[in-house]
Amino acid sequence: MDDPAQTREDLLRAAEQLRWDLPQDFRDRWVENVYGESARLAARRVAKTGASTRLAWERRLDRFLTSRWTGYPTMVLMLGVVLWLTIEGANVPSALLASLLVEHGHPWLRSLAEAASLPGWLSGPLIDGLYLTTAWVVSVMLPPMAIFFPLFTILEDFGYLPRVAFNLDHWFRRVGAHGKQALTMSMGWGCNAAGVVATRVIDSPRERLIAIVTNNFSLCNGRWPTQILIATVFLGSLAPPALAGLVASTSVLGVALLGVGLMFLSSWMLSRTVLRGETSTFSLELPPYRPPNILRTLYTSLIDRTAIVLWRAIVFAAPAGLVLWLICNVRIGEATIAGHMIHGLDPVGWFLGLNGVILVAYLVAIPANEIVIPTVLMLTVLATGATGVGEQGAGVMFEIDDQGALGTLLRGAGWTPLTGLCLMLFSLCHNPCSTTIYTIYKETRSAKWTAVATLLPVAFGVILCGAVAIVWRAVASGPP
Amino acid sequence: MSAHAPEACAGCPLGKARLEKLGVATGAADHVVALAGNPNTGKTTVFNLLTGLRQHTGNWPGKTIARAEGGFVYAGARYKIVDLPGTYSLLSATPDEEVARDFILFGRPSVTVIVVDAARLERNLNLALQVMQITDRAVLCVNLIDEARAHGIEVDVRGLSRDLGIPVVATAARQGEGIDDLLREMHAVATGAFAGRPRRLAFDVPGLADSVRRLDRAIERSFPGVPNREWIALRLLEGDRKVIEAVRDGSLGELAADHAATGAG
Repeated sequence: MDDPAQTREDLLRAAEQLRWDLPQDFRDRWVENVYGESARLAARRVAKTGASTRLAWERRLDRFLTSRWTGYPTMVLMLGVVLWLTIEGANVPSALLASLLVEHGHPWLRSLAEAASLPGWLSGPLIDGLYLTTAWVVSVMLPPMAIFFPLFTILEDFGYLPRVAFNLDHWFRRVGAHGKQALTMSMGWGCNAAGVVATRVIDSPRERLIAIVTNNFSLCNGRWPTQILIATVFLGSLAPPALAGLVASTSVLGVALLGVGLMFLSSWMLSRTVLRGETSTFSLELPPYRPPNILRTLYTSLIDRTAIVLWRAIVFAAPAGLVLWLICNVRIGEATIAGHMIHGLDPVGWFLGLNGVILVAYLVAIPANEIVIPTVLMLTVLATGATGVGEQGAGVMFEIDDQGALGTLLRGAGWTPLTGLCLMLFSLCHNPCSTTIYTIYKETRSAKWTAVATLLPVAFGVILCGAVAIVWRAVASGPP
Repeated sequence: MSAHAPEACAGCPLGKARLEKLGVATGAADHVVALAGNPNTGKTTVFNLLTGLRQHTGNWPGKTIARAEGGFVYAGARYKIVDLPGTYSLLSATPDEEVARDFILFGRPSVTVIVVDAARLERNLNLALQVMQITDRAVLCVNLIDEARAHGIEVDVRGLSRDLGIPVVATAARQGEGIDDLLREMHAVATGAFAGRPRRLAFDVPGLADSVRRLDRAIERSFPGVPNREWIALRLLEGDRKVIEAVRDGSLGELAADHAATGAG
């Protein structure tokens, strides 16, 4: 029965032998053959009728968007405008949703529970924990996402992203990474898990690993709201009201660009040490500009992107709200579990320019970055409740109808602009969410690289926040 | 505009046949369609138009990483359609090219639709010629014809069809233009009503034609009836590991068995 197998081996041996007799470049010559044939066919069957004004216009636009002098400023400006529109545009609907879901929806549900004489151990976790967290996530996240995603998708459909990749290719190559990493980086601005999956377009395993490990430096949509909110409350408020939006969006832009810088830095570090190797080249065809189909864009980005991301946030936020309610209400000895954790982490937090509340929030929020801010608020109410600032009681997410009240609450809990700045930096540099960690494991099949990708950003965050805190305090306490 | 075009067309007759979108519910399909083409030529738009699905399309190359599947019914036949990742060629062994190539070769599609950009025909035809090297059952879809027109580019579709030996259809998938023609030609090739005689390239390298012929005979001995022997021979000469593996474990033979069963039109 091994006869067929034998003839198959003979066939392979014959091929091996024949290969020696062929000219060494026979493959290239055959490829040239194919190219020549298509050129002949195209020459015969394609006619150009007159000069096209559109082609000339596209060339001019391409030259503008990819030139050294105008390309980079345009990229930064585009991102800045998108962020500014998101921050300015999200305020009103956010306040509206908060008023509807939190200010009115929550008391209404409570009265409903009282009317049904639901026991406190049931209505507490369900309404104060689960519902309130969910309501917060929806009102804080939905408006910015509903503005940010369509704007981003319009840029994508128009054909701008490949130009960004083209502009950044040079820099990625210089740090020893693949030019296509620019594409996975942009995907990461939507969602890091999606960015990690998108690294499949990179063929070289070495360069792919670099792209995976450093993708977390792209601010994902779970972190944009944190950045936007904290920048508005702590940095925007430092400027006169007319400029607040501009200052806030500029500082978010700064953090996003810092992320790009850190991505280059960490890619460079990896490619010079553990992931050394040749940079591979690739060809990227700049696609034609296409007028975006606005209705289609709105539909896809709202239904396929916003809704999915929001749903994910809710799915993770709801159980987290439950856990929060529990650790805030179950007591061990004198204080609650959360109280013990906050107290224990406070010194570490101080060192990083943060506080114990933020660190506990980041532990609780590992499943989804989206719930960091709601968790911080809830824990702050708990921690400051002892000094009489909170009136709602332990573990109930505070009702904040505008960002002024949010600022008052946080400043009351001892937050300073330093806390805000360090939180923005830590939000950029901390471990990826659990979905992304799992995706990294699925893509790399390596516990070691998953650990590197998880811990590397934390190391950057600790160094960055620690340094900023030391410098800030030195300047603040120095001679005036 | 294009968002409404499919709904408007679903009810109206397309020639004699009509299109019914099945989304992902492909079930047992009568025919399998593979969508191949260069990156960013609108494969996914064609795919969405036929299946009624909303795979995310994006104006940058390499958007489709894995392959997407969907279904539709046309002229009473159930079709499964597979959106392959966009590739520039089938010759090098990058993962996305392997996905595309393996599906066309081993996925046994009833018809392969090669989507090309009308304004970039010279570059795009490279892939078309390579696909035609693997399969007889191909339809060339010259997409984005509206953009080409805006650039003052005219494509002689009939002439191209005569040169290539396969059906050629001009479409503007975003506007739904030409989709009826595409469906009709796909159906004709899939059912065997039209048997293409695709143009095969001559081997312009000394000794290559001879080596291919010798291997061709050896392949026929090991795998009687296997299609595309020339292409397999070429891959063996290049030392393509995947094809060598398929020869060694005999899985190349399954291709022949299936080809005989479906009956080459």
